[in-house]
Amino acid sequence: MIWFAIAVAGALGASTRYLVDHLVSTRLSGVFPWGTFTINVSGSFLAGIVTGLLLAGRVSAATATVVAGGFLGAYTTFSTAMYETARLLEDGATRAAFGNLLLPLAASVAAAALGWGLALVMAS
Amino acid sequence: MGSRLPPSRNLGYVAAGGAVGAVARVALATWFPALPGGLPWVTLVENLVGAFLLALVLTLLTERLALDPAVRLLVCTGMLGAFTTYSTLAVELDRLLSAGALAVAGTYGALTLVGGLSAALAGLRLGQVLSAPHRHATNRPPRGTRRRRGLGRRPEGGGR
Repeated sequence: MIWFAIAVAGALGASTRYLVDHLVSTRLSGVFPWGTFTINVSGSFLAGIVTGLLLAGRVSAATATVVAGGFLGAYTTFSTAMYETARLLEDGATRAAFGNLLLPLAASVAAAALGWGLALVMAS
Repeated sequence: MGSRLPPSRNLGYVAAGGAVGAVARVALATWFPALPGGLPWVTLVENLVGAFLLALVLTLLTERLALDPAVRLLVCTGMLGAFTTYSTLAVELDRLLSAGALAVAGTYGALTLVGGLSAALAGLRLGQVLSAPHRHATNRPPRGTRRRRGLGRRPEGGGR
């Protein structure tokens, strides 16, 4: 049963990513892939909230697996981020490539920490 | 390019691939759980394998095969996009940092970024090598694509 829920959550997560990327990248132009950046940072923030709620005992492990593992795991993507970085490097945009390597990770780790802290405050 | 929503058929392909990718990723994480405070090997391997495969398949789709955009949406955006994850990576790094495992966190972050970029570049190169003999035959469809649906359509066409 949980695997069915994970499959549905994964389907929703990937579809949401497709829509958000479409909405962001049709509005922002330039070499930097803002769509993937927006997706990964917002998904990490939400995953931080789920982690905080899980550690505070406010959500079950099964719920956390479906929401964070299924939905948010499928919503965010590492493969696309690396493909876009490799393409920037191929096109000679070395600075943008290294920016796209480091900035999203730093922002995502900070966003997840923020979500985690926020969840602990909400749960207390 | 407008800001209209993509056709719902595209969403169907992405959703189907996303379900498969997410289940595969969570199944591997369940079967090989990471040790507390240890390096999250499963996420690392999933992300590197996914980065390599996505770069390879996207390069082949773009440079060689005139496949239906459905393949791109199903396999690339859906399956490989959902098989890899950024949010789990971020939370795992925060967990390691909050546990004071700074060296493990640094190693994990470095292995992920250096390995991920190397994997994507390797996939890109392999895709280019595999499609190189077909680059000059632009006026003829490449061998092996004659029977495929969507011949002659551009590989892009909504979604990555």
